[in-house]
Amino acid sequence: MRDVAVVGFTQSPSMRSEPDRNEVEILIPVIDALRKQTGLTSADMDFICSGSSDYLAGSSFAFVSGLDAVGAWPPVCESHVEMDGAWALYEAWVKIQMGYADTALVYGFGKPSMGDLPITMALQLDPYSVMPLWPDTLSIAGLQARHCLEKGILTFEQMAAAAARDRGHAKGNPNAQVKGDFTVEGILAEPFLANPLRKSDCAPISDGASAIVLAAGDRARELSKRPAWIRGIEHICEPMDLGVRDLGRSRSTEMAAAKAGVGKGKIDVAELSAPFTHQEILVERALGLGPDTKVNPSGGALAGNPLMAVGLSRIGECATRIWSGEADRAVAHATSGPCLQQNLVCVLEGE
Amino acid sequence: MSPTLEKALTAPHKLEYTYKRSLGPVLSPFFTALRDRRILGVKRRDGRVMVPPKEYDPDTSESLDELVEVSDEGVVTSWSWVATPRRQQPLDRPFAYALVKLDGADTAFLHVVDAGDEGNMETGMRVKARWADETTGMITDFVFVPA
Repeated sequence: MRDVAVVGFTQSPSMRSEPDRNEVEILIPVIDALRKQTGLTSADMDFICSGSSDYLAGSSFAFVSGLDAVGAWPPVCESHVEMDGAWALYEAWVKIQMGYADTALVYGFGKPSMGDLPITMALQLDPYSVMPLWPDTLSIAGLQARHCLEKGILTFEQMAAAAARDRGHAKGNPNAQVKGDFTVEGILAEPFLANPLRKSDCAPISDGASAIVLAAGDRARELSKRPAWIRGIEHICEPMDLGVRDLGRSRSTEMAAAKAGVGKGKIDVAELSAPFTHQEILVERALGLGPDTKVNPSGGALAGNPLMAVGLSRIGECATRIWSGEADRAVAHATSGPCLQQNLVCVLEGE
Repeated sequence: MSPTLEKALTAPHKLEYTYKRSLGPVLSPFFTALRDRRILGVKRRDGRVMVPPKEYDPDTSESLDELVEVSDEGVVTSWSWVATPRRQQPLDRPFAYALVKLDGADTAFLHVVDAGDEGNMETGMRVKARWADETTGMITDFVFVPA
C-alpha cells in the first residue's frame, strides 16, 4: 500500500440558507483558500474528484458546474460521485493506490436550502415499495430512534447528552451553525418535533462546501510538516429495507471499523457525521470508542450538516488536529442512506 | 421586414419516460397481487419470509423466487408521528409511519398507519390494511388502520 495523507483542508461556514450564492459561488472561496493553504493550483492536481447530489439542485448533471470553481482548462482528470465527498476521497485514495496519481483534490458541496430536504431525501428510498409513500427523513429516523428507546438500547437522556456535548464543543468552531450551552434538562423539555425526535435530536439543514488535498509519500512530506496519514479506510453498505436490518446497531460501521483498524490503538479524536443523536450513539458504539476519545471536537454533524460535504469535513477536522499535534490518531466517519445504511470509516495518524 | 412568428415551428413537449420498465420476477407479482388486495412475501432458504419481497437474500445474496401469501394484518414494531403532513405524503391529516410485521412474515414493512391521533399509536398494536376502492397495483393501494 502507498502512504497517502491529507495535507490540505478548507470549508465554508455551515449556513441554514445561502440565499445569495449558488453552489459554485459557495465553493469558489473554499477552493481558493485551499490553493493558498497548500500552494498548489489545479494544474498540480493529478486527479480531481467531487461529491454532490443533483437531487438537491433539482437538475441532472448539476454537479458539472462545480468544476467552474476548480477550472477545467487545461484539461483535468476528474470524476464525481453522487455521494458525500468522503466517498469522493475514497475514490481518489484508490486512484493514488493504483499509481495513477500522486496528488488529488477532493471536494463536496450541497445547497439543500433550495428545496424541502426531509422530503427530497425520500427519493433515495426504494422507488417502488417505499418512495411512493414519501417518508421524510425525520419519520424514517424516528422509526429507528423509537426502536432503540423501547428496546432499552439507549435513552432520551443519552440522546440529549449527545446534542448538548456536540453543540458545546461547537462553540469553538467558527464554521458551526448550531452551538451554545445546551443542557440535557433543557433539551428534554423541548416538545417533540416528530415523535420520538425533538428538534435538538436532529442535525440542522445546512448549505456548505469543503475540500481536501491528498498527497502520496514524499510529496505529502513536502507539503506538510506533519501529514495526516490515512492508515485505514473502508466503507460498507447494508440492505436498504429497514425491516431486514438490525436498527439497534450499526453493523456496517462495525465492519468498516474492523477493516480500517480502528481498534489497533488509542483514538484521540473522533469526528462523526451521524445526523441524529440516537445515530451518533450507535456509531460511537460501533467504533468501540471509550472515554479517552474526544468525540466531535468540532461539533460534528449535529452542529453543522452541509449535505454532501459533512462527511468529507469530518476527515478534514481530524486531519487539522493531527497537523497541529493535538491528536496522534483520529477516526472520521461518514454516512449515507436511511438510518445509517452505508458507513465510511477513515483512520488518520501523525508520525 | 421582420419575420413573422406565425410560421414558427412548434412541437409538443411532454416530460416523461418513453419506455416501460418491468418490475421483474418478484416485484411484478407482488404489485399485481396488491391490485387483487393480497400481499406476497418471498421465502428465504431458511424459511423466513421477507415482505416486501426481494429478488435476492440481503445476507447471502442467493436468488429468491418462492412467493408466499401473508396476511394483510399484523403488528406495529416501531412508529413515528407526522403531525403536519407534507403535500406529497399519502394522507392530508396527521398519521404515523410504522414498521409493520404482517402475520406470516418475519420482517417488518415500512408503511402508513391512519390512526387519527398520536395517542392511538403504540408499539405492539395490531393493524390491518384498509384497501382503496380502486386498486392499481401500487404500494399506495392501502394504508393500515388499527385492527
